Amino acid sequence: MSDARHAGFDDFLDALEDGEPYYLEGPDGDGYLPPRRIDPATGSQDLTEKSLPETGTVLTYTQTHVASPEFADDAPYVVVVADFGPVSITGQLRDLDASEIDIGQEVEIGIDYSETHDKRIIVFTPA
Amino acid sequence: MVSDVRIAGVGMTKFGSAPERTSRDLFAQAAGEAFDDADIDPDAVEELFYGNFMGEFAETQGHQGPLMADAAGVSAPATRIESACASSGAAVRLGYEKVKSGQADVVLVGGAERMKNISTAEGTEALSAAADALWEIRAGVTFPGAYSLMANRYFHEFGGSREDLAHIAVKNHANAVENDLAQFNSTIDVDDVLEAPTVSAPFGLYDCSPMSDGASAAVLVSDSFAEDHGLETPVKITGAGQASDGLALQDRESIPRTPAAEEAGEMAFEQAGIEPSDVDVAEVHDCFTIAEALALESLGFYERGEGISAAREGKTTIDGELPVNLSGGLKAKGHPVGATGGAQISEMTKLLRGDHVNSDAVSDASVGLTHNAGGTVASCVVHVLEEVDA
Repeated sequence: MSDARHAGFDDFLDALEDGEPYYLEGPDGDGYLPPRRIDPATGSQDLTEKSLPETGTVLTYTQTHVASPEFADDAPYVVVVADFGPVSITGQLRDLDASEIDIGQEVEIGIDYSETHDKRIIVFTPA
Repeated sequence: MVSDVRIAGVGMTKFGSAPERTSRDLFAQAAGEAFDDADIDPDAVEELFYGNFMGEFAETQGHQGPLMADAAGVSAPATRIESACASSGAAVRLGYEKVKSGQADVVLVGGAERMKNISTAEGTEALSAAADALWEIRAGVTFPGAYSLMANRYFHEFGGSREDLAHIAVKNHANAVENDLAQFNSTIDVDDVLEAPTVSAPFGLYDCSPMSDGASAAVLVSDSFAEDHGLETPVKITGAGQASDGLALQDRESIPRTPAAEEAGEMAFEQAGIEPSDVDVAEVHDCFTIAEALALESLGFYERGEGISAAREGKTTIDGELPVNLSGGLKAKGHPVGATGGAQISEMTKLLRGDHVNSDAVSDASVGLTHNAGGTVASCVVHVLEEVDA
């Protein structure tokens, strides 16, 4: 992937670094992550930014041992999908051993850098 | 004019490791076998739908539609279909629709993939492109990782174990032992699966389908063409369905459910005028062991939470109530991703007409189903095949 910014996605990461993560809400209250112009639930193009809840809960996780070259130096690492209510988000686990994570556990969202490519990645830490 | 869609001929290379062979060479072999099987010349083909996923990555080769038409000796409109691992399933469905609607009498469908000429790490990177590049790949999600996320959530909601999943891999390896076209002809046992190196927990190496080189093809013809040319076409496609879902697991209402497969299955069953209970034999997309369980549940063969133990309980083994993946499945037959959907059609056709190595196990079967998935089932194509006059 090129080093060019991805509008919407990198804006979300910027907001996360600034401590003000957000999601986009459609007219019926459905939540989405950027970039998103059309609400598939209603067809509306009227989406508004809302503050992301501060904590989420672990929906599922996996510890990956065989990585792509992009994460070769990070392996093994733990990927988590966490539920923040209106949206769920995928990121890597930090500050907790893989054997200690549980589904349903509360986590906070943040930013870290991968060891392999030094790009920003979304991470979760125990709440 | 609406026509029945007959399978006039099928072809498939041996799946496995042939890193020096180009995808055009692989597809030409499969297409040639399909033409011979159908007793049709390439110049009869009115359109080609060809599936391929990672040609740019593995071979620096895009624009493969006309390339493959030329390789197959076909002079007709030719389009490459890319729907990740469902690419050739989607290609078959487009060909089916073309003939069924009366727009063509003869189409060539199929696909090819060359994967073994690149490293495992490069292949892992290429395959992960079927996931969401921003919200999944940037977080380090690989394809075994994505299905592991589904498996761990499945365990949480429904129970089940790695041992249950291991029985799926053991079954599919056993089915492939006599299949000369399969990548692996060796049996494995549950301990082999459980003790294999971890790829992405809970999956070890034997929970995962392999990277493979290979191609598949089928010649589909209209009823009238088959009759006018005296072709033997003992199997027809009676239903096809396709559906989509969000690419990223995080956007799904339920992580251990595959609603695109539910929808595609319902479409195919309705077109064919059958119920899931009418299906005698199935080839489903077992790219990872959990994927077979999810497929069986989505297609209505088993209740949610029950698909995972079907192999362990002998329900889906070769002598079970619903034999699944008698070809060996993706797990043992191999998974050259762009060829897989077409290979399911090829193997199921042979199973039904009686010239597959495992046909004797399903000699009374007249209705077969194929289920081909892309990504974490963000794409799904289901076909119903039936013996003519069965």
